[in-house]
Amino acid sequence: MKIDLERMGDPRVFRRDNGHVHIDASELHYRELNAMIKQAALDGATLMEIENVYGQRYIGSGVRLPVRIEIRGIPGNDLGAFMDGPEIVVDRNAQDGVGNTMNSGNIVVHGRAGDIVAMGMRGGSIFIRGSVGYRAAIHMKEYMKHRPVLVIGESCQDFLGEYMAGGVVVVLGLDRDPGQGLRARHVGTGMHGGAIYLRGDIDPHNLGKGVEVSEPEEADLEKLRELVGRFCAYFGGDPAEIMAGGFVKLAPRSKRPYGSLYAY
Amino acid sequence: MFRGSSFNAPSRFFRDDKDFSGCSIFGMMDRGGGKVNGEPVIKAIANMKERSNGLGGGFAAYGIYPDLAEFYALQLMFEDECARSRAEEFIRRSFEVAEAGPIPTRSIPEVTDIPLLWRYFVRPLPTCLQEEEGEDDYMVRAVMHINVNIEGAFVFSSGKDMGVFKGVGFPEDIGRFFRLEEYEAYTWVAHGRFPTNTQGWWGGAHPFNILDWSVVHNGEISSYGINRRHLEMFGYVCTLHTDTEVIAYAVDLLLRRHGLSVDDLAMVLAAPLWEQIDRLPRGKRERATALRQIYGSLLMNGPFSIIISNRTQMIGLTDRIRLRPLVAGRAGKMMYISSEEAPMHLIEDGLERTWIPSGGEPIVAEMEVGTGMRAGVGA
Repeated sequence: MKIDLERMGDPRVFRRDNGHVHIDASELHYRELNAMIKQAALDGATLMEIENVYGQRYIGSGVRLPVRIEIRGIPGNDLGAFMDGPEIVVDRNAQDGVGNTMNSGNIVVHGRAGDIVAMGMRGGSIFIRGSVGYRAAIHMKEYMKHRPVLVIGESCQDFLGEYMAGGVVVVLGLDRDPGQGLRARHVGTGMHGGAIYLRGDIDPHNLGKGVEVSEPEEADLEKLRELVGRFCAYFGGDPAEIMAGGFVKLAPRSKRPYGSLYAY
Repeated sequence: MFRGSSFNAPSRFFRDDKDFSGCSIFGMMDRGGGKVNGEPVIKAIANMKERSNGLGGGFAAYGIYPDLAEFYALQLMFEDECARSRAEEFIRRSFEVAEAGPIPTRSIPEVTDIPLLWRYFVRPLPTCLQEEEGEDDYMVRAVMHINVNIEGAFVFSSGKDMGVFKGVGFPEDIGRFFRLEEYEAYTWVAHGRFPTNTQGWWGGAHPFNILDWSVVHNGEISSYGINRRHLEMFGYVCTLHTDTEVIAYAVDLLLRRHGLSVDDLAMVLAAPLWEQIDRLPRGKRERATALRQIYGSLLMNGPFSIIISNRTQMIGLTDRIRLRPLVAGRAGKMMYISSEEAPMHLIEDGLERTWIPSGGEPIVAEMEVGTGMRAGVGA
């Protein structure tokens, strides 16, 4: 496909205003849209408002500058994939693969997100106001100071933290009473690093083998207070009330859960 | 015969300017029976263009032949005129034919290597029915006969007051080719294909149809071999070289002939894991165990998300661990099921709620009673 950068000269599509850029994404293919975003970031834009987004993929992908990208609509799969620095705010729902292998930056989704949120995420943070689909935080990882964070306001579906190797996941469960446990199954299957914090409880049958449930310690609670505070700053709510709900911590028993599965 | 001939994929088989992805599926149903033309569904499926690669697109439309609703609409593709005369000889011998003619199409550069496309509105001749054979069973037998024995002819649609329109191309091009803006339907289902294991040819595009049942599918059925052999015992012969064909026949067998509920159908196709079954309450556990034991050969193994439709229902289902995407949405009496969220919002401003169904749990949109819609087969 030919990328039509001429459209950047069209004020109906691409408008500039003191370091602020407005893009009307109607009818734009994702390659055109992302080329515009990258070019605007290189040209020094600090804020981009993108309207009429319907399914364009890879928004923010590969952008390595600290710009703020405000999306109005439904961004397509792999929002912020390989992203390195920007902040993305979505006013509605996101699709699958939010923050895929993201390196740094922040993604805030005011609606719900689809499957494999934070897949292979390496750094930065993602805040989802609503629920997420299957396999959130699959193979999320961490290295030294790079410790990715995923905070989910409501619930997640099955296989949360599958093969998780590092990072922090918080599920606040604000769509149910704290007494009512998370219904997702196979939570933490193959998990071998990082930590998952659930507000409310979970039926041990729904945990992957090799996952240990414990009470959060003071260092955990400190991290949780920080993240809940950020969550409430984005979406509203009372941090103290949320913290009072009581959390459990899920962590791997071993760094090699399948170490003896194939080798005796 | 067919595959390798003019039915086959276009010469530009690989399109390198493409991100590898999965198929797209989309369905919309007005549960109040209100009809729209094919434009919204084309717009919706075109929005997911990244998921297909131009080697298959298709649609199922329900409520499009109200004046001939008493007749089965047999839609066929022929390799050449000889195949057409062979098939027509059989059709005239086996059916009362109310109307026959080419399916209206429009010539566009994006759609090439086109087979002959004809439709016949038919009713089984009473003298042809075997003892205690219903008209639906007779139709299934006739469709199988044409697909297996009449060289160069394939039935791609055989229901009442509905039609499947499919071919090799991107779905939006196939939609324009078949002039879908001229049809009014209360349920539209669409598919954009990205074939991974079998060739892209006209018969292999989705939806797959038998009687009123249509199935569109994203994924792959790795149990195709055992599913196909099981279905052959019940007279279904797979001839279309695409794994999805087994789902259409399994749905006809289970829902129409064996009278299973949609929940039980889901329990067969996407059976819960044994460890989940063990933890079910007693009655449910026994039922789930029985279904797995009786219909083990119809378990669809492998990743899938599908939309199954008939004249009164639209059902979305994924495999039990949801290895393919599916999202549902509602706006008043409209129900939507889609591979991705965006196309639902694109064609429907007033979407009230969207949600992600759990793996193996069917999403069922049911026609409201009193809409004058006759129940489809098996419903």
